[in-house]
Amino acid sequence: MAEYIAMALITTGLIFFIAGSIGLLRLPDLYTRLHALTKADNVGLGMIVLGLAIISGDLITTFKLLLVWLFVLASSAASAHLIAQRARRRERGLWKP
Amino acid sequence: MSTFLGITLIVLALSLCIGLIRIFRGPTIEDRIMSVQLMGTTGVGILLVLGLLMDMPASIDIALVLAMLAAVSVVALTRREAEGTKSG
Amino acid sequence: MEALIWTVFDFLLITAMLALGWSALSTHSLRRGIALFIAFGLLLSLVWVRLRAPDIALAEAAIGTGLTGALLLAALRDEESAAGAASTEKPKNTIADYLLIAATVILALILGWALIDALMNRQYSGLANEVFTQLDRSGVTNPVTAVLLNFRAYDTFLELAVLLVAVLGIRSLNVSRRPYLKAGLVLSGLTVWLVPVLIVISAYLLWVGAHAPGGAFQSGAVLAAAGVLLRLSGYHGAGLPARIVIRRALMIVGVLVFAIIGLGLMVLGRGFLEYPLAWSGSLILGIETAATLSIAVTLIMAFLAGETGRAGNQEDSSC
Repeated sequence: MAEYIAMALITTGLIFFIAGSIGLLRLPDLYTRLHALTKADNVGLGMIVLGLAIISGDLITTFKLLLVWLFVLASSAASAHLIAQRARRRERGLWKP
Repeated sequence: MSTFLGITLIVLALSLCIGLIRIFRGPTIEDRIMSVQLMGTTGVGILLVLGLLMDMPASIDIALVLAMLAAVSVVALTRREAEGTKSG
Repeated sequence: MEALIWTVFDFLLITAMLALGWSALSTHSLRRGIALFIAFGLLLSLVWVRLRAPDIALAEAAIGTGLTGALLLAALRDEESAAGAASTEKPKNTIADYLLIAATVILALILGWALIDALMNRQYSGLANEVFTQLDRSGVTNPVTAVLLNFRAYDTFLELAVLLVAVLGIRSLNVSRRPYLKAGLVLSGLTVWLVPVLIVISAYLLWVGAHAPGGAFQSGAVLAAAGVLLRLSGYHGAGLPARIVIRRALMIVGVLVFAIIGLGLMVLGRGFLEYPLAWSGSLILGIETAATLSIAVTLIMAFLAGETGRAGNQEDSSC
């Protein structure tokens, strides 16, 4: 039973990951791509982490996995801001509708 | 279960390759920096799944270090110096 | 089915790495090449994990991704501010370039043939079995640390000396770098928690190196990344101690402790760096701690190009 929940979580995570990557590829503008990248990828990683934690069943491993996800979340939030600030400085990549 | 995780691995690797297209094509340097960020996050995902599949608990440590250092790389790529040099 | 999955995954990984490596070298803008190179380093640590070499993967993730990228970018800035942005665009290939390419391809083919021949036709056994049988006499349970700090400790001793010489060489170039802009809210917010976390991770890697992947090099590299981050956030001293004497002392402490322990053991009647069995673990930990500090400070000084004076103040800019 737990395995099925884990598999469902990981599959959802993968869907988010693919969505993020396709967004990076297909969206027209730098700033929109940034949205796709940080939001979708981090949620995808979180789902995968939850699924892996359930599979491993070990408390210490679960704690470590959640810690990794937390750090990825915080650091990619800051990285996204920094990238956007840099792009803004150059006023580039704006998509005119 | 290990087959399922194996397929997960391949999907993540495909996601990585899609990010690669952006790093080659992306018109601006910020697109490429974003791809570095993407590869960092996807790499963390791949490492966590690999750790479980290959029974290497150390890969969680590697994933942790990779996540932190990818952030430091993005900071290095986006900072600029003082006194009006060319930005970045 | 298992084998098929691994084959597909490895194929994707190898293709990605080859594509990245090729484009990193052949792109005409050096800044773009550096970004590609950082991505290449990220993928390389995945490859090391796939090859069951987690210690190297840790080192690659720390050094190849964060530190090398930052070093290359700093060098790029020096070049651009000295000679203008156009100087970092690659010129067109000449006849000499094509000759070199041909020679390199021939060399690569010879090496490839030699590798395939070695893998398919020759029997060889590495020293892995010997290492594992002697592992309980080494004082640690991680075979990589045992080899680095006990069986081949002399090599590690000399590697630390090589790092020191490298930094002296960098210092002798006498480049002075402008400081970075003061960090805004977002970057300060990141630095405030990331630097302590990196310090804790570095201590963890140092401690865990005795029985799991980790060790002095990885720990020192992560600590150096913390220093590089501080410098990038506008802290011109990169978190190093302010007094030059302490900085110098930290840079040499790794080689010094190694030499003292080695020679001290000789004085006690054993060979150079031949640890007594009961003390192996503690001696290794002591050497690793000193080595971590040394490696971290040396790498940070390399990033600083050997100077940490206040901007424009040449008297302070000694190493």
